[in-house]
Amino acid sequence: MSIRATEQRETAAGEIVGAGGAATGVAATGGNGFYPNGRPVKKIDGTTVRMETEGLTVRYGVSTFGIQDVSMPVFDRSVTALIGPSGCGKSTFLRALNRMHDLGVDIEVTGAAILDGENIYEPQVDAVTIRRRIGMVFQKPTPFPTKSIYENVCAGLRLVGMRRKNVLDEAVEKALTDAALWDEVKDRLRSPGGSLSGGQQQRLCIARALAVEPEVLLMDEPTSSLDPNATMRIEQLIQQLKEQVTIVIVTHNMQQAARVSDYTAFFYVGEMVEISRTQQIFSSPREERTQEYLSGTFS
Amino acid sequence: MVETNNLLPARYRGPGDRVFKTVIVLFSSVIILLAIGTALVIYLEARPTFRAFGYWNFLTETTWDPVAAVHGALPFIIGTLLTSFAALALAVVPALGVAIFTTEYAPWWIAQIINYTVDLLAAIPSVVIGLWGIFNFAPMMRERFYTPIYNWAYEDAEWLVPIIGAPSTYNFVTATIILALMIVPYTVALSRDAIGQVPREQREAAWALGATRWEVMRKAVLPYARTGIVAGILLSLARALGETMAVAMLIGNSNRVPFTLFGPAATMPSVIINEFREAVETLHYSSIMAVGFYLFIVTISINLLASYVQQKLSITKGGL
Repeated sequence: MSIRATEQRETAAGEIVGAGGAATGVAATGGNGFYPNGRPVKKIDGTTVRMETEGLTVRYGVSTFGIQDVSMPVFDRSVTALIGPSGCGKSTFLRALNRMHDLGVDIEVTGAAILDGENIYEPQVDAVTIRRRIGMVFQKPTPFPTKSIYENVCAGLRLVGMRRKNVLDEAVEKALTDAALWDEVKDRLRSPGGSLSGGQQQRLCIARALAVEPEVLLMDEPTSSLDPNATMRIEQLIQQLKEQVTIVIVTHNMQQAARVSDYTAFFYVGEMVEISRTQQIFSSPREERTQEYLSGTFS
Repeated sequence: MVETNNLLPARYRGPGDRVFKTVIVLFSSVIILLAIGTALVIYLEARPTFRAFGYWNFLTETTWDPVAAVHGALPFIIGTLLTSFAALALAVVPALGVAIFTTEYAPWWIAQIINYTVDLLAAIPSVVIGLWGIFNFAPMMRERFYTPIYNWAYEDAEWLVPIIGAPSTYNFVTATIILALMIVPYTVALSRDAIGQVPREQREAAWALGATRWEVMRKAVLPYARTGIVAGILLSLARALGETMAVAMLIGNSNRVPFTLFGPAATMPSVIINEFREAVETLHYSSIMAVGFYLFIVTISINLLASYVQQKLSITKGGL
């Protein structure tokens, strides 16, 4: 990471903070060895760790494990893909990263999920604040159907009390541009979000998540309800977005993981079997189970 | 052989389907014919009144005097509209609160208890609520509230007296409160359903943006559920307009407009139930039928409006 790039990034983000104080997260780790919250940066093999889990376990009810004892890093400004057969716990893991399990009934999360050196499961941490720093995109596009395209993108900023029109306008244009949707919708920002095609709706949801400048973006099978064309656009988008935000993506499509990700973690029956650089895991996985899954022995 | 059979269109595959289809079509037609038949009969029976007073004049005439053979429906229309809308105004906010609380905030077991209780409230026969109103609620209200308020107004706020009127035990306000109590379960149940139908993904999308509980309600759930809630409110209104027994027991049944808050009044259903036995004159009888005919029109319009809102404006069907 070049220091100059970092500075530019901070300036760009700083303007928005200065203009309205809306952005809660700044997606940059300083070149000075500290996270934005002032904690020292952790590195593995010289690469900055943005998020990390330690012994993360999710239980449904008393005994059923969603995931068990998962410890893995998420590297800064990279794409980490979570793969594995259905029911292996990859979505459960993803949802544990921004405390979405808080909302479920009878779900218990133990262990730690560490963002910028701070465990988000500490009792004094507010889950609402965490979700503003860690955005999420879901399997099915979920625009708010009664709201316009513009208001959909603004939704997150409005939640933090941003009202100034010029700031909102700017943020909407930037988020939509980042989500590669601006050219298609700039003339009809006032039409309802539900009027877009499935692929556009999904990019709208990505724009909505980006508008609050999250540090990490979680994507739960974001292309599984889309046609191949729309899927390709989202994949290209993910490649561009990793320049500014750390991405964790769940996919059931191994080719997709190979195409978009820098790191791949293989989940099986609630355990994280292995995590490596994507090239490595697809060419020479360490674990036999990974090998078998990737070669199609089971799925 | 078997394959060929499967390839044939369904209607060639034996008589079972055809018999079943005939039977259900028959039953459905009977229902439709019954509804149309009822409306037609009521209209025909009401015709002497329409001929004597005219469709519009019957609606705007304020006198209802069977002895003088003058019949006007305005007092009952005013009574029905006032009690229904006032009851709706009283019921909607608490009902929405209960619906939101049980669907979004309460632990499941508390929600269950509340839901069962609300459903139970809906199951109490109207006449039983009326009985309770006559013997407990109405005298208590008169003693504790109406009389002191009237006395105070008489001393200190004379301009209020013509509005509130001399307190009688059975009056407009009592009937309205009971009516509100009776429609609350409907409003709760219907808005609960509407809120329950908001997809999980919509809530999660708002949660994931960092919304608090109330913000999730306000930004994602209520906008999505609004058509269902509005339809539910309209259906509750239709129910209030048509509610008969408890209102007739508690409203005091006075045909004389203007009504006062603490004085007796009447509604369209209450005049029907109170007078149908005494209606020996043709004109009296047909006027009661005419009131029934207009009541039928009003409630059916409200119901149609509710289904229009539910279907045409619903989000899942694409229109906005």
